[in-house]
Amino acid sequence: MKLFGSGHGACPGCGLPIAVKSVLEGTGPCFVANATGCLEIISSQYGKSAWGVPYIHSVFENSAAVAAGIEAALKALGRKDEGPVVVFAGDGATADIGIGCLSGMFDRGHDILYVCLDNEAYQNTGNQQSGLTPPGSNTTTTPSGKVLPGKIKPKKDMVSIALAHKAVYVATASVAYPRDITRKAKRALEFEGPKYLQIHSVCVTGWGVDGKQAIPVAKLAVETALYPLVEYENGQLVRVKKIKDRKPVEEYLKLQRRFRHLFKHPKGKEVIAELQKIADENAKKYGLDA
Amino acid sequence: MMKVVRGFYAVAYSVKLCRPDVICAYPITPQSEIVENIAQMYANGELGNCEYITAESEFGAASILVGASATGARTYTATCSQGLILMSEVLWNAAGMRLPIVLTIANRSLSAPLSIWNDHQDSMAMRDAGIIQMYVENNQEVHDMMPQAFKIAENHKVMLPMMVCMDGYKLTHAYEPVDLLNQEMVDEFLPPYDPPVKMTTKDPYTFGSYATPASYMEFRAAVYNAMERSKKIIEDVYKEWAEVSGRNWGGHIVAENCEDADVCVMAMGSLVGLVREVVKELRGEGKKVGFIKIRTFRPFPAEEIAKAVDNCQKIIVFERSLSMGSDAPVTLDVKSAIHKKAIDVYSPVVGLGGRDVPHKLVKSTIEEVIENKAKPGTYFKGLKDYEEVIV
Repeated sequence: MKLFGSGHGACPGCGLPIAVKSVLEGTGPCFVANATGCLEIISSQYGKSAWGVPYIHSVFENSAAVAAGIEAALKALGRKDEGPVVVFAGDGATADIGIGCLSGMFDRGHDILYVCLDNEAYQNTGNQQSGLTPPGSNTTTTPSGKVLPGKIKPKKDMVSIALAHKAVYVATASVAYPRDITRKAKRALEFEGPKYLQIHSVCVTGWGVDGKQAIPVAKLAVETALYPLVEYENGQLVRVKKIKDRKPVEEYLKLQRRFRHLFKHPKGKEVIAELQKIADENAKKYGLDA
Repeated sequence: MMKVVRGFYAVAYSVKLCRPDVICAYPITPQSEIVENIAQMYANGELGNCEYITAESEFGAASILVGASATGARTYTATCSQGLILMSEVLWNAAGMRLPIVLTIANRSLSAPLSIWNDHQDSMAMRDAGIIQMYVENNQEVHDMMPQAFKIAENHKVMLPMMVCMDGYKLTHAYEPVDLLNQEMVDEFLPPYDPPVKMTTKDPYTFGSYATPASYMEFRAAVYNAMERSKKIIEDVYKEWAEVSGRNWGGHIVAENCEDADVCVMAMGSLVGLVREVVKELRGEGKKVGFIKIRTFRPFPAEEIAKAVDNCQKIIVFERSLSMGSDAPVTLDVKSAIHKKAIDVYSPVVGLGGRDVPHKLVKSTIEEVIENKAKPGTYFKGLKDYEEVIV
């Protein structure tokens, strides 16, 4: 039986199955706790589960705590050798509504790999903004209008938040690089304690990209330095994905409906400049330019 | 072994003897010393392989127990009041997932206004969640209830969370002589948890599926049916306990002197002792009064109550909570239980937020009903003269 099999209901071009399969390839048989969200809905309908691993979905904001309970039970029952404990949760479940449980999981030092599937909004319910929605994104709760150019504030810095909790392994990845995801999942499990892996995952409907364009778009997020791929071990930055000939952010933005308004909105230029500044700062902070 | 202990310890010691695998809690007055006692036992290495986790909130604590229970662990927590309603999203979920988490509730009022003192509004707010609820009258009863709660909740015909409700302060902080159980006896009474399914990589199942309209109703009907089935299981466990411990706390209800009573008086929790006393006194004065202690609240023992009040004309329910916009919760169920009988139900609400319920208040409240000086329905007793300001 496949660990994450066929039969899931993801849209063609959706990044989530790529992310999940790539993680499970690295972890092997494991215990999965999943937050309410896209992944849960496409994979866990009663009678149609796509999971070949023990899987639990409780509620929206508690998957880090549910995973902590699984880990504690395995310890108490002497069953830790059955496999690692992995969380899959969306960006909203991670950075917004579930951040209390996540902080508790980090703080108590549970031996868990927490994977945040970052499609940059509440996509399951139709593209409402989350703490990980980038500036300028036109979501249904931060729409662009005559005055406002979409989402105002930058993405919440979950990598720093994880590092501040002394998570033993913290990394970002992208569905454009599945083998990198697998390697990182595998590497993460070499560390005992709480581990955080945030995977940039394309949402074809929410972002407004053609299914065939999903991977090129994801790649551009990395190549513009808007989504830097970084890896920390015990708090130290150990690896980054270097970028040859870093591309301007417009190349990434113009392929997506969620940013289209920026090219004609009165404040669009300002927002694009802000996004370019974020990319430049990422490149500098992590030494991304090859 | 008879020992004078506080309510906290009576609970904690009994929980220890039940050999839970994962205990998780967040401190809240007046529950704190239950989990503090357990934490001390954990620190002393007295809990075997049990994992004791202090969570970041009650919400987190309940969630941790969901994961642990689904993985096959015997799970326990204690909470009350704001903590209980913060848990409520997860506890409804746990009931739906059929996870037999056992909780002690140190009953406390709900905010606003903030109050740390006792009434039953917190557990009543969880009435419809699919959690078995029982109320104890003293610390020996709560001590005896913990092994029974695990045995009931974990029965394969039940598989539901269970709350053992004890009045905050009035019982938690009270020193009482308690005949402490011993490990051999509890081990014999309570077998290790053996779930019908659990999370394991050896035989992977999906827990917490979402259900479309094509299957949701069957899941909810199954919870309803499990709660109905639990009536018999609970009674069996109560009986078995009476045999093995020599202490018979009764069934779902304990009816005293109701056969010839014109007025039956009902109470739940720590008020039971006082109300029972007052009813006895009134009996001594020649009044035809009976008393019913309600032990199990969910599932509600409607048949037992209907049978016990068969010969009476009036029922008094001492209420410790409210349902805003309707009769108080216990009254609603009592009325439903006797709907075919011509009996008037009087529902004096007493002791909210720890307001004292003195002997003379209980007595005069019952006397007023006997003497036809009260009107049926919900009314407050022990309320001060005050002016409600509407601005």
